[in-house]
Amino acid sequence: MDFLVFQYPMITVQACLDGILLGVLFALIAYGMALQWGVMNIINIAQGDLVILGGYIAYFMYLYGIHPAWGVIVAPVIMYFVGIAIYKLVINKVVDRDLFISILATFGISILFMQLMNFAFGADVVLANSGYGTTMLFDSNVVLPNSKIFSAFISILFAVCLVIYMKKSKLGRAIRATAQNARAAKILGVDTEKVYAATFGINAALCGVAGALISITFTIHPYMGLPYTIRSFMIVIVAGLGNLPGVAMSGMGLGVFEEFADYILGTEFRIGSVFLLLVLILVYRRFKLSRKREYLK
Amino acid sequence: MNKNNLILYISILIFGLAAPYVFPAFKVQLSILCILIVLAITWNIQGGEMGYNTFGNILFYGLGMYLCASVQVGMFFPLAEWTESGGEKTFVHTPTQFFQGMAVGLVVAAVVPTIVAGLIGYSILGLRGHYFAICTLGLGVAAGEISGGIEIIGAGQGFTTPPFPNVGSLEARGEFFYFLSFLVLILTFLAVKAIYSTRFKLILNAIRDNEDKAEAMGIETMKYKIIGWMISAFFCGLAGGIMGGLVGYIDSTDVAFDGREMGVFMVLMAILGGKGTLWGPVIGATVFHIFKEGFWTFFLGWQYVALGVLIVVIVIYFPEGIMGWLREKYPERFGEVVDEADRKAQVEIK
Repeated sequence: MDFLVFQYPMITVQACLDGILLGVLFALIAYGMALQWGVMNIINIAQGDLVILGGYIAYFMYLYGIHPAWGVIVAPVIMYFVGIAIYKLVINKVVDRDLFISILATFGISILFMQLMNFAFGADVVLANSGYGTTMLFDSNVVLPNSKIFSAFISILFAVCLVIYMKKSKLGRAIRATAQNARAAKILGVDTEKVYAATFGINAALCGVAGALISITFTIHPYMGLPYTIRSFMIVIVAGLGNLPGVAMSGMGLGVFEEFADYILGTEFRIGSVFLLLVLILVYRRFKLSRKREYLK
Repeated sequence: MNKNNLILYISILIFGLAAPYVFPAFKVQLSILCILIVLAITWNIQGGEMGYNTFGNILFYGLGMYLCASVQVGMFFPLAEWTESGGEKTFVHTPTQFFQGMAVGLVVAAVVPTIVAGLIGYSILGLRGHYFAICTLGLGVAAGEISGGIEIIGAGQGFTTPPFPNVGSLEARGEFFYFLSFLVLILTFLAVKAIYSTRFKLILNAIRDNEDKAEAMGIETMKYKIIGWMISAFFCGLAGGIMGGLVGYIDSTDVAFDGREMGVFMVLMAILGGKGTLWGPVIGATVFHIFKEGFWTFFLGWQYVALGVLIVVIVIYFPEGIMGWLREKYPERFGEVVDEADRKAQVEIK
């Protein structure tokens, strides 16, 4: 136990700011998760692996001399088609089936992606250096890398664009209609199959953006996907489906929690604490709901 | 029918007892097969009979593995120094110490996970459907990450289990572990078979089919769910303890709490064989293990890619498993009465 956090307030400020900037990224991934969960009723365990794949796209641009920040534009385009391909090959066969089938199928996709990335890109921890420098606050007691600020800004930009797109465009309306009632939407002439494919593609594209930003700000590794899946799942169940401010808030909350867990418990327990928090949240939710007896269908 | 069953059981028993002498080169593989079958059978209690698809039984398996090895070392030597030396031969178990330690370790490895399952059961088993699946997935990964940070059991560098003492022939180690795992397999199978012939199985099936209705009928579903999980945990822990000794080296995320490999294998084997049947997991595990060992070498490094594809293919195209397929083909064999007129009508409709 390290009580430096309480004795030296600047560390607290640093952890909070780091956590919030990180949490915005989590919220972006969770938004994609909420989208496909709400529309297709699928929990995608491969979500985190899509994120990592997006990160590798930015990393490769960096290797070939292009500034990795352009990955924010290239990665979602590539990932959109990857998402469509996954949908056509696997997901469209499990959409109407039992939820566990989809969990297991996407778990298989996750293992597949993990290993393919391990073969293609190697098992090293990599990072695309953006060369953005740092910002000092409070007499240089708090150090913020500019790349983190950049990534938070880009995530918010993408989220806002997507929200507007979902509200205004024809496809956005079709997606929201399908989420409300797939059968009714079908009767009224919405091609739900196309909507599902587009939803999965948009989700993959969001993962691509988040991954490119993560490769700039943090590090990526082929096996780091599952924690991102769990984080986004956690954010979605805390916020609830279709609650955008909630997703943003709980994403930031999770980021701050992680930074503090990192400082207090030590880095080796960081991922473990995320998974434990998931279990605790689910158990808390179960007791809260069982008091209301709402979990009965 | 009964006589046929008896012949089947006796022939399997004879095959099991003779196997290490008939295939002396495959002793380790056969022991692993026994462990895999045990894991598939225990997963089937949750996933098949109770309808609670858990990824978390790996928790009990890993717990049993660490506990058995820790007890085996800790009974005679200081545990911290043992793990620090990283398997150097500073301390050597005498044969008596080894077997005593193993016996006590296996008892602890079976009992403690059972207690853990009982303690966390009330909170975890109240979750339903996919929340339960994800929660248990998180439980398994969390256990792996946390045990990877604890110094006394080796942290990230792993834990070397006591080496097998030098008694008699060189073959003794393989035979010992084979017969131990075969014994556990028989125990598990007979215990589960006995359980499945009681009212308990019907209650589990009622929970699977409609839990709320079962509760409304006056069944204390939570009690039975926890008991079912404790039974699973008991045999999972036992299997883990043996597997730790067999592998000889425990790593937190790659051997003990190996959600990516063992944790998925047990689900896959049970589904491949057929969920919710007694023999399904046994058949599924055997087929899976033969496939894995037979073809893994051809993929050479691409095994996990093949595993990912295999999961997707089995789940999408073969969710009923081998037993489900047989049942559809020969319903009479499963004691289902098929009305001839009904079948003719179905054929005509087709």
